[in-house]
Amino acid sequence: MSLRVCRNVTVLEVSPVGQRKRPDEFYEIRLSLPDWDGWKPGQFVMVRPASWELDMLWARPFSISSADADGLTLFVQKVGRGTARMARLAPGDQVALWGPLGNSFAVEPDTPTLLLAGGIGIAPFRGYVERHPHPENLRLFLAHRLPLECYPYDLLSNRVDCRCLLEACPADLDLIIAALREQIAEYAAKDGLILACGPTPFMRTVQTFAAELGARAQVSLENRMACGVGACLGCVAPDAEGHHVQVCTRGPIFWADKVRL
Amino acid sequence: MDMHVSFGGLSLKNPVMTASGTFGSGLEFAPYGDLRRLGGIVAKGISLAPREGNPMPRIAETPCGMLNAIGIQNPGVEDFVRRTLPSLPWRDVAIVANLYACDAAEFGELAGVLAAEEGIAALEVNVSCPNVREGGIAFGQDPAQIARVTEAVRKRAGGKPVMVKLSPNVTDIAVCARAAADGGAHILSLINTLAGMAVDIRNRRPRVANVVAGLSGPAIKPVALRCVHQAVRAVDIPVVGIGGIASAEDALEFILVGAHAVQVGTANFLRPDFAFGLADEMEALLAGIGASSLDEFRGSLRLPL
Ligand SMILES: Cc1cc2nc3c(=O)[nH]c(=O)nc-3n(C[C@H](O)[C@H](O)[C@H](O)COP(=O)(O)OP(=O)(O)OC[C@H]3O[C@@H](n4cnc5c(N)ncnc54)[C@H](O)[C@@H]3O)c2cc1C
Ligand SMILES: Cc1cc2nc3c(=O)[nH]c(=O)nc-3n(C[C@H](O)[C@H](O)[C@H](O)COP(=O)(O)O)c2cc1C
Ligand code: FES
Repeated sequence: MSLRVCRNVTVLEVSPVGQRKRPDEFYEIRLSLPDWDGWKPGQFVMVRPASWELDMLWARPFSISSADADGLTLFVQKVGRGTARMARLAPGDQVALWGPLGNSFAVEPDTPTLLLAGGIGIAPFRGYVERHPHPENLRLFLAHRLPLECYPYDLLSNRVDCRCLLEACPADLDLIIAALREQIAEYAAKDGLILACGPTPFMRTVQTFAAELGARAQVSLENRMACGVGACLGCVAPDAEGHHVQVCTRGPIFWADKVRL
Repeated sequence: MDMHVSFGGLSLKNPVMTASGTFGSGLEFAPYGDLRRLGGIVAKGISLAPREGNPMPRIAETPCGMLNAIGIQNPGVEDFVRRTLPSLPWRDVAIVANLYACDAAEFGELAGVLAAEEGIAALEVNVSCPNVREGGIAFGQDPAQIARVTEAVRKRAGGKPVMVKLSPNVTDIAVCARAAADGGAHILSLINTLAGMAVDIRNRRPRVANVVAGLSGPAIKPVALRCVHQAVRAVDIPVVGIGGIASAEDALEFILVGAHAVQVGTANFLRPDFAFGLADEMEALLAGIGASSLDEFRGSLRLPL
């Protein structure tokens, strides 16, 4: 059975995260999703609220943060028109949704695995941690700009070794880069697995250090998408040979040495 | 109501086709609906040699539309014929190849390769290549070139219907329509995208790396309807309407001005199952507005005297 059908689903809940300090900059959306199973952490869905009618044409891609029999949880950052309008969705509203799409993060149950998240890039790691057979082999490192309470950090710190660094000023960025290098070196030395998700500059840093230190690393890309199904060729990235490959179907996750950022 | 349409040597079970470049090879959409419910599938633009297309970013969203400058990324005609075509349900749905080349001889050669393929129902000629040899003007903007390219394809098409896809980026679409008809086109399809641009005042950059890109989606529907209306009156070969169709009502507007069929493009991105139900919706809507048949409704626009 193909799971990649397109359906209308109902918004169950839209809740700001870290509300006290930054009103709904980040929010969580819960969607009803009967018969949803078979997804893998790192995969994403395309979401298009019915209320957009024809003024915004594209659905927006979001990582599956977690999903169970009761529904699907997305963790969303307000960055533009679409995510701002999605923040105003209310319970009962309808959205078109297709997925799960794309490939998923590697799971090597017995390998020490380092999860590197830049801000909102923490979203798919919630599902990854929840589904991993041996969470004791995982460590999460979060580089963040907003207060920790804005992220699903507490949910994860109960389960796995978690570390974080706040980027409050440009000097902090140097600390974050140094910490990334140090941790990537540590996992390279023990032939660990490194999985990264975050903004492109963050992915580039991970890619550079992984190459330099000989680490096995995967990066998740967030290219702009129109169709999400591999048809429009709007989302492509050059692979190691320079061929343009669709991030939506050949990714969004790539081994760091197999893609040019 | 009978939704079957035959025109220009093409026979479709209903007038809904999917537009080139917006539906992949067709196979990408197979998980979302039965491809055989469509009247036809126009495959992504094909060139003789593989093309990597343009650099990123290639697409931008605009109010009621989008810009794209993909640059005809495709694995080349050989790959299409060998790998893609056999997997498509071509016995049950008309597969139209969309041809892209940069001179008449190359178009002819491409047509020759595709003419030999049983699975191809028709050839659609995309005349939008900015032809460097002719001083940078796109084929589609020069009537003499349109006629020459059409002729070259027709000669090598082995009897398959030749559909010439016109660009709206011209002063007089009727002149281009006549040029294609004179060149021997069996069918016209229009419109391709409108030249457009979007910029970002924060980083002071164009939003698409190619700077100028093609505008599509509901934003262009009035332009497309006008072009189809003018083309239908300029030539007596059948016309396929394309541009901004996002509902059954939109599709019937094109039929009303005289189109035999329509192609759905950007609306395939609204949701991937969009095109599959459109013919049924058109049928219900036709009945709902009291039309007795598709044939009766076609071209029945009442113009002021
Ligand atoms: C596979 C995948 C998974 C994703 N998962 C998540 C997730 O779990 N949570 C989440 O909040 N976001 C996620 N994103 C990013 C999300 O899709 C974009 O933030 C969203 O599409 C922006 O829509 P908008 O209309 O608000 O922004 P727009 O108005 O389109 O753009 C506003 C600004 O956001 C930037 N932008 C646009 N698209 C993207 C993008 N794809 N990535 C980054 N910046 C973008 C633009 O350059 C612009 O500066 C994911 C993207 C991909 C491709
Ligand atoms: C992403 C994208 C790729 C396209 N690629 C092609 C192509 O390869 N060949 C072609 O003739 N037209 C191409 N087109 C144009 C469409 O087929 C269609 O003519 C145009 O988008 C207008 O219809 P619409 O408004 O319904 O999208 C492309 C359009 C889009 C949006
Ligand atoms: S979003 Fe259309 S090909 Fe990836």
